[in-house]
Amino acid sequence: MPVANIQVSETPLVLYALRRADDALILGHRLSEWCGHAPMLEEDMALSNIALDLIGQARELYSYAAKAEGKENDEDKLAYLRDVRQYRNLLLVEQPNGDFAQTLVRQFFYSAFADLYWRAMMTSRDTTLAAIAAKSEKESAYHLRHASEWIIRLGDGTDESHARAQAAIDQLWAFTGEMFDVDEGERALIHAGIAIDPGTLRGPWLQTVSDIVGQATLVLPQNDWMQQGGRLGRHSEHLGHLLSELQSMQRTFPGLTW
Amino acid sequence: MYTQALNVAEADDRGLEDAARAAQFQARIDAEERIEPNDWMPGAYRKTLTRQISQHAHSEIVGMLPEGNWITRAPTLRRKAALLAKVQDECGHGLYLYAAAETLGTSREELVDAMLAGKAKYSSIFNYPTLTWADIGTIGWLVDGAAIMNQIPLCRCSYGPYARAMIRVCKEESFHQRQGYEIMLTLCRGSDEQKAMAQDALNRWWWPVLMMFGPPDATSQHSDTSAKWKIKRFSNDELRQKFVDATVPQAQYLGLTIPDPDMIQDADGHWRHSEIDWTEFKQVLAGNGPCNRDRLAARRKAHEEGAWVRQAAAAYAAKRAQRQTAQAAE
Repeated sequence: MPVANIQVSETPLVLYALRRADDALILGHRLSEWCGHAPMLEEDMALSNIALDLIGQARELYSYAAKAEGKENDEDKLAYLRDVRQYRNLLLVEQPNGDFAQTLVRQFFYSAFADLYWRAMMTSRDTTLAAIAAKSEKESAYHLRHASEWIIRLGDGTDESHARAQAAIDQLWAFTGEMFDVDEGERALIHAGIAIDPGTLRGPWLQTVSDIVGQATLVLPQNDWMQQGGRLGRHSEHLGHLLSELQSMQRTFPGLTW
Repeated sequence: MYTQALNVAEADDRGLEDAARAAQFQARIDAEERIEPNDWMPGAYRKTLTRQISQHAHSEIVGMLPEGNWITRAPTLRRKAALLAKVQDECGHGLYLYAAAETLGTSREELVDAMLAGKAKYSSIFNYPTLTWADIGTIGWLVDGAAIMNQIPLCRCSYGPYARAMIRVCKEESFHQRQGYEIMLTLCRGSDEQKAMAQDALNRWWWPVLMMFGPPDATSQHSDTSAKWKIKRFSNDELRQKFVDATVPQAQYLGLTIPDPDMIQDADGHWRHSEIDWTEFKQVLAGNGPCNRDRLAARRKAHEEGAWVRQAAAAYAAKRAQRQTAQAAE
């Protein structure tokens, strides 16, 4: 039956590309949920724009994962025919949009990482990943600037916006640690010069985040307990609902051309 | 406030319209000159354009909702990106048009408030639901197709900012129309189920799309003065006929049937459609379409739930300005 989940041979390189592709798609999908419902038209435009960048990154990374795997899979099969346990994205990006503060804090935490990450990945020995990094770095620099400006506005805006922004930081903080984790497969890619060690980005990331959060008159939580599991397919309950919507057409009408 | 700093008060002509200026104004229109924001214009011209441009802007914004309904469910990543980009374009058109309307002296806030209060209209076509993926193709093909038919002549509208906005909008709309047609083509070349989905969408959208051109010329309220002022260059019925003539061969190419068994091609080659059910049009216009309440509710919800964000942005901007002034004083 064409409707069943596909199987993916997750070699370290395939898994590596899939994890980044899933991050980009799921976050892009979340942002696209705002389209037509944002607090102002300028943000309908901006959030859609960021979503488009991320979906574009996802498509390149899925295509590369499919090529690296060398089987029948392609970008759409990878996106539409894997179940929740096969998705490899960070828990952070699947968190619901919540209010505008939650969406922007989620984006801020991710973009502050992605900006550093893609810049570092431009030196990858894998020429495809280096090329994707060069394009994504330009995009994430803008995403970070947009999110940072909003964190400052919300934190230093009204009492209500300050409280909402602080609540969002407290809510999402525990999902930030996963960005810096590395497993054995990735360790091998790092040694081969294909991937970069995200652990080295933790310091600069914290610096950027602390600086903006400080300007916003907000504070980072003291609690440093971090949730993990997204990279291994152990997700929050939210992802299944997102996928059931994202995949509904391919699941209802299997194997057709659209 | 979003109002642009134009000398509107000076241009405000209430009570000051004199025959000489009106005649001069009409002479400029007749000579195909563009009227610009700071030029003198009759109050009724300003009012007509403010109404038309803001209705157009509202339509773009409300129009994001039926198509946005499918962004999270688009069947492939390529379609998802294209649809999201398309809906984003519509938002851009809305912004652009609000800016054009503001040059006539009414702020975007006031215009939006009138829409949210149900006092200002938007295109009735967006009060119909998007039930299947084929509706996304059909909207691009027919709704954007009809919009282009209406808007191409507006590129020569006498009011400069509106005419210039339309040039850009039309370029994007024609891209959307081809994109919609390509979705339909893919469906019609697909499985029986896909083709049935395409036919079903055409059946539901055909008549509402014909109504997009407005009431028949015999009953239209605004056409006479709009024609004199070169805001409107073709009548509703003329544009509707152009659209039908262009669309019938496209449907034939797709292998789809126009849901009008009595439609005939006359000796001149024009396709003549049957009588339109204007009762339905009036009902939808009166707020009784399938989605009127949902559309307004969605826009109100976004506006109300976004209020604290807009307040925060304004509060922060004020604080920053205060700090900068304080710094400069030191």
